[in-house]
Amino acid sequence: MGIEVANVTKRFGGFVALNDVNLHVDPGALVALLGPSGSGKTTLLRVIAGLERPDVGSVKFEGEDATTRDVRERRVGFVFQHYALFRHMTVFENVAFGLRVRPRRVRPSRAEIQARVTELLQLVQLDGFARRYPPQMSGGQRQRVALARALAVEPKVLLLDEPFGALDAKVRQELRRWLRRLHEEIHVTTVFVTHDQDEALELADRVVVMNAGCIEQIGTPDKVFRDPASAFVMNFLGTVNVFHRRVSGLTPGMDAIEIQCPDELPAGSRPARIFVRPHNLEIDTRASGRPRLRGRVQFINAAGPQVKIEVLTEFGEILQVETSQKRYRALGMVKGGEVYVTPKEMRVFFDDSRPDQADSLESGSDVDTTLGRIGRPCASKKSP
Amino acid sequence: MGFTVLYLSLLVLIPLSTLVLCAGRLSWEELWHTFSASRTLAAYRLSLGGALIAAGGNAIFGLLIAWVLVRYRFPGRRVLDALVDLPFALPTAVAGISLTAIYAPTGVIGGWLAGAGIQAAYSPLGIIIAMAFVSLPFVIRTAQPVLQDIDREVEEAAATLGADRLQVFARVIFPTVFPAVLAGFAMAFARAVGEYGSVVFISGNMPGRTEIVPLLIMTRLEEYNYAGAKAVALALLVLSFLMLLVINLLQAWARRSAPV
Repeated sequence: MGIEVANVTKRFGGFVALNDVNLHVDPGALVALLGPSGSGKTTLLRVIAGLERPDVGSVKFEGEDATTRDVRERRVGFVFQHYALFRHMTVFENVAFGLRVRPRRVRPSRAEIQARVTELLQLVQLDGFARRYPPQMSGGQRQRVALARALAVEPKVLLLDEPFGALDAKVRQELRRWLRRLHEEIHVTTVFVTHDQDEALELADRVVVMNAGCIEQIGTPDKVFRDPASAFVMNFLGTVNVFHRRVSGLTPGMDAIEIQCPDELPAGSRPARIFVRPHNLEIDTRASGRPRLRGRVQFINAAGPQVKIEVLTEFGEILQVETSQKRYRALGMVKGGEVYVTPKEMRVFFDDSRPDQADSLESGSDVDTTLGRIGRPCASKKSP
Repeated sequence: MGFTVLYLSLLVLIPLSTLVLCAGRLSWEELWHTFSASRTLAAYRLSLGGALIAAGGNAIFGLLIAWVLVRYRFPGRRVLDALVDLPFALPTAVAGISLTAIYAPTGVIGGWLAGAGIQAAYSPLGIIIAMAFVSLPFVIRTAQPVLQDIDREVEEAAATLGADRLQVFARVIFPTVFPAVLAGFAMAFARAVGEYGSVVFISGNMPGRTEIVPLLIMTRLEEYNYAGAKAVALALLVLSFLMLLVINLLQAWARRSAPV
């Protein structure tokens, strides 16, 4: 079932949790609401569920207005971060709850409930646990009970609020994969909230990045990662190096840009933030002829598929650089040694275009494939 | 360990066993005579029945008050919360005098009730009112922390599954808070049975009609009928033990169905 959120605003006292949010979710999609805490993602999920009523705007299910529809009648399955299981009931009774509270006319028979719950417990791989009580189970198992309970009422939409947030890393990984398979199996429209970018990128077909009550970008995981619409998205998705510089001579279509801060600013130069991902910084122990930043190796972490190197530049900035194990060995880098860093790909967002969400001036694609030169930071505008 | 045993022995075990020993000197016939006397039976009926009604009423309204105190934010909530403990702190004689003054036919509420043909003070109703007053805090104070612990999300989860407010209460909240209410009820009941100070003022103390068991014991003592007093007291002691046993069994049962 498709979901249409239109112009939704929600305030809690003076705090604006959602500011004129619009969101469309396709039937059968698996969507992630991603953002830092306080960005409004949970509020948006609760508005969709009907646990929160928007001050302004509407929520439509399959084109039908559900804004004033009570949470009981929305047919949504909601899974809470801390499971919210009924601790005085067995696992079986927990899952059966949604069926048992139905009005007598539409309540399934005892045998039907038995069959349905058994089937659901099989689906979540908890067949042998029907008689247990929630406090006797692990976090991962409890969350699967919560999921089975939500699915028991055959919801048209499945909503999950940080479903794996309270679990440890290993279990989280497992449950992620498992949820993905489950979604492929039952194909119910699913929206989940997370602040973990890996989770969002790995699990969802669409990622909705939120910040300060607004949606910053909606797109496929690949799109939001490769082509972030704003400085915020760039910054939030993964590690990134930020250079605060003034940029001049930047026009669409140029294949080289000059980014520096000479003593006399050329007319038309503007303050900007330049973002470079760690793997887009090329590192070398010798200066080639190309534009580069000089620095010293501060820290090396060679554990993992990529080697992570921390470099202190000549301008006092700390850079995160990633390189392959092979190259790391070939260069023979040591802690404290002198290195040269060259950006291969960068994205530029101007600070003065819009104060909060500095957009990239151009569509961005022109800039981010450009080989660039990064000079000295502005004396007037030190990096914070 | 040793200290605990000594303290409990001095305060609880020795006095109680003395009571049993003294009453043990009575013959069965004498005991039976004491118990079967209509005045004794009436006193037991009044004490136990009144306490049951008072504790039962407090279980219902105490839970309600606890709910309001936990869930609603309103001006004066803290004052109200503090007020709940007043029956604990107030000397029972003071409570007895003020309750009598209000519920007597010349009092504010008593006069109004009398107009409706109901006699409050100097009747079983007055006794129940006094018992309810002194045992009010128990259920509230046992239910409050449990209600506080119930996660809002659990109620929301029930609502998303289609449960209406009544079902949420009956199936989710009440089973959770039930053991606590039961414990509060037991304490309220015990307190109401044993209450003396406030009840003697409002009851009128008419033998066979508004005479409670503790008062009967007192009367026997004043008649120098020590054996009779002890027999009546012994029965009360046995009843208290039985009550404790039943309550503990009920709680164990409630806990088994809801392991923590």
